[in-house]
Amino acid sequence: MSDQKKMAIIATKGTLDWAYPPFILASTAAALGYEVQIFWTFYGLQCLKKDLNLQVTSLGNPGMPMPMPMPVVVQALPGMQSMMTMMMKQKMKSKGVASVEDLRELCIEADVKMVACQMTVDLFDMNPSDFIDGVEFGGAATFFEFAGEADITLYI
Amino acid sequence: MANFDQELDASGLNCPLPILRAKKALGTLEAGQVLRIIATDPGSVKDFEAFAKQTGNELMESGEEGGKFVFLIKKA
Repeated sequence: MSDQKKMAIIATKGTLDWAYPPFILASTAAALGYEVQIFWTFYGLQCLKKDLNLQVTSLGNPGMPMPMPMPVVVQALPGMQSMMTMMMKQKMKSKGVASVEDLRELCIEADVKMVACQMTVDLFDMNPSDFIDGVEFGGAATFFEFAGEADITLYI
Repeated sequence: MANFDQELDASGLNCPLPILRAKKALGTLEAGQVLRIIATDPGSVKDFEAFAKQTGNELMESGEEGGKFVFLIKKA
């Protein structure tokens, strides 16, 4: 269908918080009738792993709301990252925010096309069998093939 | 509130789940049938307006009932 609207996303981040924007926008766009393709590159590829182990950290992110003021050196202590990740997941659950896994599943159900950056896969010696089924592999030209006809293109 | 054919309780769910669930529920309806949606996400008020406008499904009613937001959407 040539009159269908299209959205192309480049997703570059591999943290729990930054996994949300591409999945939220892609699933919603699909629900609105868009054809959606996400090109996952660099750390974004973590979001395609079958076993997601996405973490969140306040380090280097002074904008993160903290339950209590905490010096940066304390934030850097061992175990802090997993604690923050756990707290973030709990908070999201209590606020009715979907898990990344659920949003990803909704995207796949809605036929959002996932393209993994072949160069990154090679660069980090990633194993394609660690990724969810249905992922395609390609490069910049593959992205432009779709993005060139897209109504919306986002870099996240 | 007018009659409806199916009800979707999206209470407690946050963006974008009410929209995604509504889209799925509409998929099971026939054209002309009405879906009633209950939500607690304040953002859903504007979102369902936008959803209706973009998908062509008609937002027949949008209101508040007992502290919750209630929408009626007729499938196009």
